[in-house]
Amino acid sequence: MPPLNEQRELTRPWVRTDERFPRPLRLASAQREQLSRWVDSGYPDEVCGILVGRTTEQAVEVIRVTQARNLETDRTRDRFRLAPEDWLAVEQAARGDGLEVVGIWHSHPDHPPLPSRTDLAAAWEGYAYLIASVGPEGARKWRSWQLVEGVFVEQDLED
Amino acid sequence: MSTHTAIVRIPTPLRKYTGGAAQVSVTGASVGDALADLRERHGELGRMLFTEAGDLRPFVNVFAGRRNIRSSAGLDTLLEPGEDISIIPAVAGGVS
Repeated sequence: MPPLNEQRELTRPWVRTDERFPRPLRLASAQREQLSRWVDSGYPDEVCGILVGRTTEQAVEVIRVTQARNLETDRTRDRFRLAPEDWLAVEQAARGDGLEVVGIWHSHPDHPPLPSRTDLAAAWEGYAYLIASVGPEGARKWRSWQLVEGVFVEQDLED
Repeated sequence: MSTHTAIVRIPTPLRKYTGGAAQVSVTGASVGDALADLRERHGELGRMLFTEAGDLRPFVNVFAGRRNIRSSAGLDTLLEPGEDISIIPAVAGGVS
């Protein structure tokens, strides 16, 4: 039998891991560590935020990571809804620095870092969807995805 | 009620409907008027933002300045001089 995560992948026809998004997501290790601290301190709740940076021909470069409020207050353990006021503030600050929103990150407590059906339902083409799995021991894995023609395609992560 | 010129900020995924433009200049007294002007200029974008009944689709949020129009008077929210309109993606999801 394949490992549990692979079994779950097989049941998600909206996820493709056999091809890669053409541009990797470039995320410095310090930024990934900051995101992991937010994910850990949020556990067992889902936490979320915004990735600010720029898109070049080679990569989607993350320059800043920010945390946003999860408005899904009745189901924080398995749902998130990113506060649009936080998006607005982040976008305005980014524009002032010549940057833009390039993606969204969120955690999947006790679940693999694969886009779910609810992630798909509200997904936008053109943003990186960076997802972390997190458990009680803090073990976690980050994977990034981009929606392409209705399917999430994996995006390589680079330092 | 006076008409204002306002800039509409377009999020990256919707710029394919504005010829790549990150912002569009429109006029109107209310947010609804201003977005009607936007629809006239960019019809396909209008169909993405609004239902056939003319309601804003749930996957977008619209701000007049820092005011979320859903917490204000909706499309009837009046624009103040110099205020920008921001179209913000509604982002949500979950573990399953």
